[in-house]
Amino acid sequence: MLRYFSLRLLRAFITIGLVVTFAFVVLRLSGDPALIILGPESAPEAIAAFRKAWGLDEPLWRQYLSYFGAIAQGELGRSMRDGRAAIDLVAERIPATLALTIPALIIKLGIGIPAGIIAALNRGSLTDRLVMLLSVAGFTVPSFVLGLVLVLIFAVQLGWLPSGGQDSWRHAILPIATLGIGGAAVLARFTRSAMLEVLGQPYVRTASAKGVPWRQVVIGHALPNATIPTVTIIGFMVGSLIAGAVVVESVFSWPGVGRLLVVAVSNRDLAVVQCILLLVAATMVVSNLIVDLLYGFLDPRLRHAGGRSGS
Amino acid sequence: MISLVTARDLARTYQLRRGVFGRPVAVRAVDGVSLHVGAGETLGIVGESGSGKSTLGRMVLGLEKPDGGAVTFDGAPMPEPLTAAWRRSRARMQMIYQDPLGALDRRLTVRDQVAEPLAIHGLGASSERMEKALAMLGRVGLSRHVASRYPHELSGGQRQRVVLARALMTDPAFLVCDEPVSALDVSIQAQVVNLLVDLQESLGIAMLFISHDLRVVRQVSRRVAVMYLGRIVEEGDADDLFADPRHPYTRALVSAAPAPGGKRERIILTGEPPNPAARPPGCAFHPRCPLAEARCRETAPALTTLGGRRVACHVVAGPAAATREAA
Amino acid sequence: MATVNPPAQPLVAIRDLQVSFAGVPALRGIDLTVAPGEAVGLVGESGSGKSVTWLAALSLLPAKARVTGSVLLAGEELIGAPPARLDDVRGGRVAMIFQDPASALNPVLTVGRQIGEALALHAGLSGGALRAEAKRLMELVGIPDAGRRLDAYPHEFSGGQNQRVMIAMALAGKPDLLVADEPTTALDVTIQAQILDLLRAVRREFGMALVLISHDLGVIAETCERVAVMYAGRIVEEAPVAPLFGEALHPYTRGLVGSLPPLDGPRRRLTSIPGTVPDPRHLPAGCAFAPRCPVASGGCRETDPRLAAVGEAHRVACLHPGAEAAVPVPAAATLPATTGAPAMALTS
Repeated sequence: MLRYFSLRLLRAFITIGLVVTFAFVVLRLSGDPALIILGPESAPEAIAAFRKAWGLDEPLWRQYLSYFGAIAQGELGRSMRDGRAAIDLVAERIPATLALTIPALIIKLGIGIPAGIIAALNRGSLTDRLVMLLSVAGFTVPSFVLGLVLVLIFAVQLGWLPSGGQDSWRHAILPIATLGIGGAAVLARFTRSAMLEVLGQPYVRTASAKGVPWRQVVIGHALPNATIPTVTIIGFMVGSLIAGAVVVESVFSWPGVGRLLVVAVSNRDLAVVQCILLLVAATMVVSNLIVDLLYGFLDPRLRHAGGRSGS
Repeated sequence: MISLVTARDLARTYQLRRGVFGRPVAVRAVDGVSLHVGAGETLGIVGESGSGKSTLGRMVLGLEKPDGGAVTFDGAPMPEPLTAAWRRSRARMQMIYQDPLGALDRRLTVRDQVAEPLAIHGLGASSERMEKALAMLGRVGLSRHVASRYPHELSGGQRQRVVLARALMTDPAFLVCDEPVSALDVSIQAQVVNLLVDLQESLGIAMLFISHDLRVVRQVSRRVAVMYLGRIVEEGDADDLFADPRHPYTRALVSAAPAPGGKRERIILTGEPPNPAARPPGCAFHPRCPLAEARCRETAPALTTLGGRRVACHVVAGPAAATREAA
Repeated sequence: MATVNPPAQPLVAIRDLQVSFAGVPALRGIDLTVAPGEAVGLVGESGSGKSVTWLAALSLLPAKARVTGSVLLAGEELIGAPPARLDDVRGGRVAMIFQDPASALNPVLTVGRQIGEALALHAGLSGGALRAEAKRLMELVGIPDAGRRLDAYPHEFSGGQNQRVMIAMALAGKPDLLVADEPTTALDVTIQAQILDLLRAVRREFGMALVLISHDLGVIAETCERVAVMYAGRIVEEAPVAPLFGEALHPYTRGLVGSLPPLDGPRRRLTSIPGTVPDPRHLPAGCAFAPRCPVASGGCRETDPRLAAVGEAHRVACLHPGAEAAVPVPAAATLPATTGAPAMALTS
């Protein structure tokens, strides 16, 4: 048990490390923060001073080591724009993002899963085809297109809802809808195929042959098995609670973590970007660990794998 | 009779992890098996699941390196897997399996696949290869227009014939058949079994025929060895063995084979099929044996010659029984 | 032994049962009766429809299957019966067990819960009484340490034990008929013997009727009193066990019996039926077996013979029942080589 988890934990750390390293290298190779923040017309001395102050004149590997050394001490860097601690900047944006992603997750689960189940139970029927059509539309349309279309309809044409900003709860409706629709579409498709796979299994037929009413077969026999693969994708969705709204926040000018990331990247505000990425990677990794744990709970075969070898 | 293939004290152990949290456990799939197959003769291997018969088949063919013991083919030791000498030796020995669809490449036509061994071993001119392939297809009873089809377009019986044709292309001296007809319908089984018997007679191939189906094994083999948990428990002439089995496991096996035309006195074994990961001490069969005694729990019996038969059983073929036989 | 005259009220009476999937026929008219307490075997190869017959009788086929005909259970019509009534019948009066018990049991539910479900539905038990009865059933089918094993999952049992669990589940509702669909095909021979023995014991104890579906003639012969042989969606021969195996009249049955290698006595060349089972989308005109039949005549390719009585309790669907072919059931290896099977079913 301990071995299992320590292995997983090690891998988790390596993943996070790789993500941050990647961001680190790419950011520094793709543009000079000094120039971008101070402006290209600034005096060369100012630029040189800036770079020295932020350690940008050092060789890459030394910057890398000092960064990781700083992390070890809990110091995640400061924004190059306003000097505030990166972690503070990020932390104050998290509630705004969660205000979008959590309701969106509820929509994804509340619409996506039932839709998938209903489609699977009525395979081949009009309902099934309709659900699948909507599902495909929902996840193929890019989120910014969807967002803009919704804005066009509900804000511009109908004038029911505002098109951007964060002033009232009304402002949250369109962004939540945009996020929710895309995710519900994916989940519907996934749930449908998981259910279809399960419904085709011999034990479903055994349950019917026992005289179990169909409704009970679906709820008591099929669903518990269908949740196993579905949990993977839900775990992924939970893992992206913090960073999954980058595009939507940009489209709707919603001041969350995603928007901060976009701004920080274009400014090459290194510490902020790295901090956000670290957070995102950590969330995703923790979420996956929880999913792994959940598997053991949901699937007894994993709890004692290698049981009896039979005929 | 000169032995073509000799196996001495073969052993093979796998390391299995008991689940994600468990410690690895050693599973002895084959535990000291010796056998020999003469040129042109068929040795049948009978056993249920966990007996190690498939692993034995792979080791005898040189597909797996044994952890203990050695295999000799035509007087020379079996080369190590994946060496050049080993690759060359493939032309002389082949294998056919239970699942013909899995053994065939979905993307190649039948003709291409059957001709492939010739190309691999550089036998014959390329122009002749296709003709030879077609001729072989005819020999296994498939018509020419099967040649341009793909495996998934054929029936199970046809696929198995294609696999057989492909295996025979390099004119091997030795063929290992691992449950070749178990997945086929009864009437198709009969076709393929007849085919195997015919080919064996006309080509003089030596065969190791592995199956759990006693009837099919008897039909095809001259000698039979019965395996249980990685060891041979009885070996002898096929007709004799099935008519008068000595080892208690063989007796149970033979009596369990259902027969039309009357119920016979059944020996029903109690207990569960053996788990190679949890070997009983002493004789591996003793937990289920109706004749088990105290010594069976302590020492594993060795194969003793009893008339024309070899039996590994303290009770049936222990020293007392052997002397009785000799007397 | 089987009675010659069927009892007044058969337990199950199937009349002209036909099933098709998207226009492709799987069953082309089945007539079969099962008397109370009788053991009937259903033999056939793939595509014969032997499983479909009983799945259709219990309405266990997917919705897209078209089922017509009549299945009477003690006089009550099952085809088209309301779902609630079918749920009562399934498990309560007619139970069914399947091949490959490892996948026929739900992997995420304990064995106790699965048996308990059947008990709750058909015996109206709950709580402590339910658990006690489940334990009793497990012991009845020979699972050691039953009390603790109730909380185990199917993957913790061996194949043979799983099949015993299935039987226990089937017995929970005290059914009048048990339909066993290839119950031992996935099991080792010695375990198969145990399971068949169990089925026999259970039948004796409860006076239950048994329908045993298998492709293994030996298994059928040992366990059943009467046998029906199916081919391409029809019953082609039906008789008590001894006459069927001793003196089969239909060429297909003879072929099947002859293709079984003997375990004792002299070896002989196996009767091999040339060709393969026809594609149900392209059934030949006339008798479905004619293309492979050693005694087929011109008339066989025109008329499709119906099941007709020939002697006591023996029915055959053949225009030339009992005809001796140029290829008799061989005693010596004097046959022309019939190893070949020209690729046939793919042409039409």
